[in-house]
Amino acid sequence: MTQENAFISIRNVNKFFGKFQAINDVSMDIDHGEFFSLLGSSGCGKTTLLRMLAGFESVSSGEIYIDGQPMSGVPPHHRPVNMVFQNYAIFPHLNVRDNIAYGLRRQKLSRAKRREMVDEMLELIKLPEYGDRKATQLSGGQRQRIALARALILKPKVLLLDEPLGALDKQLREQMQLELRALQRTVGITFVFVTHDQEEALTLSDRIAVMSDGRDLQVDTPTRLYESPVNREVASFIGTMNFFDGTVKSVGSDTAVINVDGLGEITAPACTVSLLAGDRINVAIRPEKFLLTDQKPEGVQNCVKGHLDNAAYLGERSHYYVSVEGISQPVAVSAQNQSRAGGTEDRKRPVWLSWDNAAIVVLKDA
Amino acid sequence: MKPDSYIERTNRPLQFYAVLFLIVLYVPVLFLPLFSFNDSIYVKFPLKSFTFQWYLELLDRAPVWASLMNSIKVAVTTSIIATGFGIFAAKAITRYRLPGRGPVVGFIMLPLVVPGIILGVALLVLISQLGIRLSLYTVTVGHIIVCLPFAIATMIPRFEGFDKSVEEASADLGENAWWTFWRVTFPMVFPGVLASLLLTFTVSFDEFIMAFFLSGSDATLPIYIWGQLRFPQAFPSILALASIILVVSFILVFLGQWINRGAGAGSLESTKNT
Repeated sequence: MTQENAFISIRNVNKFFGKFQAINDVSMDIDHGEFFSLLGSSGCGKTTLLRMLAGFESVSSGEIYIDGQPMSGVPPHHRPVNMVFQNYAIFPHLNVRDNIAYGLRRQKLSRAKRREMVDEMLELIKLPEYGDRKATQLSGGQRQRIALARALILKPKVLLLDEPLGALDKQLREQMQLELRALQRTVGITFVFVTHDQEEALTLSDRIAVMSDGRDLQVDTPTRLYESPVNREVASFIGTMNFFDGTVKSVGSDTAVINVDGLGEITAPACTVSLLAGDRINVAIRPEKFLLTDQKPEGVQNCVKGHLDNAAYLGERSHYYVSVEGISQPVAVSAQNQSRAGGTEDRKRPVWLSWDNAAIVVLKDA
Repeated sequence: MKPDSYIERTNRPLQFYAVLFLIVLYVPVLFLPLFSFNDSIYVKFPLKSFTFQWYLELLDRAPVWASLMNSIKVAVTTSIIATGFGIFAAKAITRYRLPGRGPVVGFIMLPLVVPGIILGVALLVLISQLGIRLSLYTVTVGHIIVCLPFAIATMIPRFEGFDKSVEEASADLGENAWWTFWRVTFPMVFPGVLASLLLTFTVSFDEFIMAFFLSGSDATLPIYIWGQLRFPQAFPSILALASIILVVSFILVFLGQWINRGAGAGSLESTKNT
């Protein structure tokens, strides 16, 4: 067992609901003080996994360790975790103060001490004047803060957040993202955050676990997830990605030469996957890694000629779709509108695409 | 409200139907209070003069008071026990993954449709087989059986009306099932509990058939009224008594419905959602 270092250790966990397998042999470690996100589309098992951490669902097999303690058979009210629910689950019959103080009853504190702690929390969530309001009179963003305060006042070892920003409008959500990140740094508690919004996950997290169909596809930092996805599913889930088919021609010590359909022979950094000459593989390049020029560029590592198929002007940047001979899908290119006037683009004009070797991500063909 | 919208515009035939409906429903009942103020021992038109005589006469009848007290004792006990059981039944039905939930609920609601006389005879046979003497206690047992479906039916919408993640939140914040029930579930379903108490009290107070089979020497109020129907000179004051019961029952049930308003339409949470 390797849970001696990890703060939360999820070991070979499976979960069945009847015949449906919601979680399929998931193992991951979460460090102390980390902002860790579970990212995936709905039905991928991320909320189930979170509810298993909270103790609302049992594990069918495998084990979850929190701070070294196995959690099987430990009921929710005995776990050192607290949760912020998707709909906040504020107690409608209590006022804000009593909502926040709800979990303190067990701690046998003096009335004054309890009041002081609640005041501190109200200060922390920036709602100092709201203590005596009915919880039902609050807006979505305010309820969200109450739910946070109610959980944080118990100083849990882990705070679980189930899409807490999902119900908020875009502007408020972005503001709450910043506040949440700042709050997590202030309190230093491990956050496990469930979201289906990749941008939100990238903004907030130290590390992200990308999940699909009950499996964890990749657990990594936002940068590594974006720059070096381990497979096609992760690559297409996070951001936009161009995929090309190719055949491995030769493998060097830290590079591989790959014959890519439509792009020709390229030299790729030999990455995480082990390659053998003759393997059919996927090559992926992010849209913003391409440089789009009207003339054939000089002194670049790779370039290919194509025709501009379509262009979308998005203000700060533009999206271009370039058809290249030998490739069925047009190549997506994203470029900052630094000098380019943008707007109406002359369709069907010939353009050149160039890119660095470092931009190439090699994926084992699934 | 837009009175000119298609769905809300007035419909003459329907209004006429609604009025007719209410007349058929309530006019027969209204004869009771009408004749209870009539200065004649015969219930027939034309009415004579207005009087409070029959109401005053009630005050002097000791057996009326005795049977009233019996009825109140039975009804209070019944309402508390039926509502108590009803809370847990309603929680179980709405909260747990019960195998065969549909049939279970149907079975619990069965006393509503089983003819009272059959239930009464059955209980009488059972109780006499067990050698238990008929008393107000046996009436209470019968009434609890009759009232349980009312209690459960009143409270199920309350339980369904609130989000179960609120109970999960309580568990998450460190409370066990017992305290979660008392700190979260019970306060949230409390209007339903009050409504159930009032409704089951009324049902028990007005119940005749069970009491007829199961009461011993102590009569409940409906049994006393039944007994008095043999004496024509007592009839007008029975009308007066019936009128009082009618009004009180109506008030209790209306109060219960009012307290329990908004159940099912979602709890406070969703009705006040901003």
